[in-house]
Amino acid sequence: MIKKNIKSTPSVSLDNVSITYGNSVAVKNVFCNIEKNQVTSFIGPSGCGKSTVIRAINRMNDLIEGCKLSGSVIFEGIDIYAEDIDPVEVRRKIGMVFQQPNPFPKSIYENIAFGARVNGYKGNMDQLVEESLTKAAVWDECKDKLNESGYSLSGGQQQRLCIARTIAIEPDVILMDEPCSALDPLSTLKIEETIHELKKNFTIIIVTHNMQQANRVSDYTAFFNTEKKDKDLSGKIGFLVEFDKTKKMFTSPNQKSTQDYISGKFG
Amino acid sequence: MNYTSQKSLTYNPSLARNIGNRTLTIISALFAFISVLPLILVISYVLIKGGSYINIETLILEPEPPGDDLLSAGGIGPAITGTFIMAVIASIISIPVGVGGGIYLTEYSKSGKFAKFIRFGSNVLAGVPSIISGVFIYAIIVSTKILFGSMFSGIAGGISLSILMLPTIIKTTDEALKLVPDDMRRAALGVGASKFTMITNITLPAAFSSICTGVLLALARAAGETAPLIFTALFSRYYITSFDDLFYEMGSLSVLIYNFALEPYEAQNQLAWAASFILVVVLLSLNILSRWIGSHGAFSKNKL
Repeated sequence: MIKKNIKSTPSVSLDNVSITYGNSVAVKNVFCNIEKNQVTSFIGPSGCGKSTVIRAINRMNDLIEGCKLSGSVIFEGIDIYAEDIDPVEVRRKIGMVFQQPNPFPKSIYENIAFGARVNGYKGNMDQLVEESLTKAAVWDECKDKLNESGYSLSGGQQQRLCIARTIAIEPDVILMDEPCSALDPLSTLKIEETIHELKKNFTIIIVTHNMQQANRVSDYTAFFNTEKKDKDLSGKIGFLVEFDKTKKMFTSPNQKSTQDYISGKFG
Repeated sequence: MNYTSQKSLTYNPSLARNIGNRTLTIISALFAFISVLPLILVISYVLIKGGSYINIETLILEPEPPGDDLLSAGGIGPAITGTFIMAVIASIISIPVGVGGGIYLTEYSKSGKFAKFIRFGSNVLAGVPSIISGVFIYAIIVSTKILFGSMFSGIAGGISLSILMLPTIIKTTDEALKLVPDDMRRAALGVGASKFTMITNITLPAAFSSICTGVLLALARAAGETAPLIFTALFSRYYITSFDDLFYEMGSLSVLIYNFALEPYEAQNQLAWAASFILVVVLLSLNILSRWIGSHGAFSKNKL
């Protein structure tokens, strides 16, 4: 059930991670090693805790009151939930792209420059802006209006701007929480192409509801499912069912529930 | 057929429900008109009556002591500068405290007990009659001569006005920051900004126009207050000429109106009308300005 991958040193590894909101357990006992410079996708039905887990990787859950994590999240050999860890530094190494495109209410240029500046970037800012936007495949669309508001772009362009903003701070890992759920198929396709380009330099973890997308973009896939709690029948606990190479997951998964989910029998 | 229904689909004005509909529309429109009538009457009366006494001399001269033997009563210049100075003092005190308090409420202590207490407290403070704020400052600053031995002073007046401005500013800052989507905060933290950077660079600028609106409305309320100033700044007929004069009695438009409108002399009454005119114009422009700033918020497409 729990597959450990020990071929190379993982970028991020989740070691018996359980996350609770207040008194209710959201997800329990996740073991998972995420490989460097690979795309790993998290799939599973709603409420299975995949977004909760991805937010745990750069300590975004700190913002949610009453959210607690047990177990450890190891990034490059360091437990990021240790007492002396500064979450701000963690987020500089592990960037995040959110479900809704959320550019800052600033110009396109400033959207990129802001993150770079708070991270103490000293190089050529114009160059960084161009490079980041090019890597995120949105440079051609906004090179003529760098001084216009980020909100003047379309939804798909905004999302790629947000990806560019994340790339600009040169993190090691990029987390994407359903980055295409608010976008049309064409924008989705562009973002997927962007992801293919990005994995040369970054480790990418993507949460998606779309199994075809997971199949298209990812090298590894983790399938999460829910189970009913013992006492409380209404609550659900998420857990990791299976984690393997995407190819294997989509052709011959070990678990029956993975097979059922992937072939569309539930979810 | 269990329903009584017209045969045709055309509008029938004599139908009971259509008559009732029209009657209620007319009645509510009438009440709506009556409710704005006082505003229109007060403003137009003050503007017409006061406007006729406005000239350069009225605006810059110092008022003369009352007496019917004088041809001219002077002007309201010191009162205008006095109101302005006290509004500035009140702003200097209440804007940093109020905005800082609002930031604390929204960004740091979302729903803690202390935050609840402050929210409740500022709501209560907003309802405290202005005269109470005046008496309070009279008791702790004026009668104790705590400000370098001075008693009634422009500074005491400014402080009492700042108490009136404070709850409005805290509340609007709190509300304005709450309106900034959490997506913005996550985005800022997601690129590695610290909480301080997030507030100063992202959330405060996004809420800036709403905060300005609140500050201006608070200022408009405070600038027109009379009661707190009677206890604190009292009144003066002279221009301030040096920094030290801040520690002495200071005139203001509202107290000038209070004093001169009750004089038996026509010349003083005219000055009171002129002061009313200026006050109404200033307050109206502050309100209009705040609406204008509010409508140019941060999340419109064209604005950065």
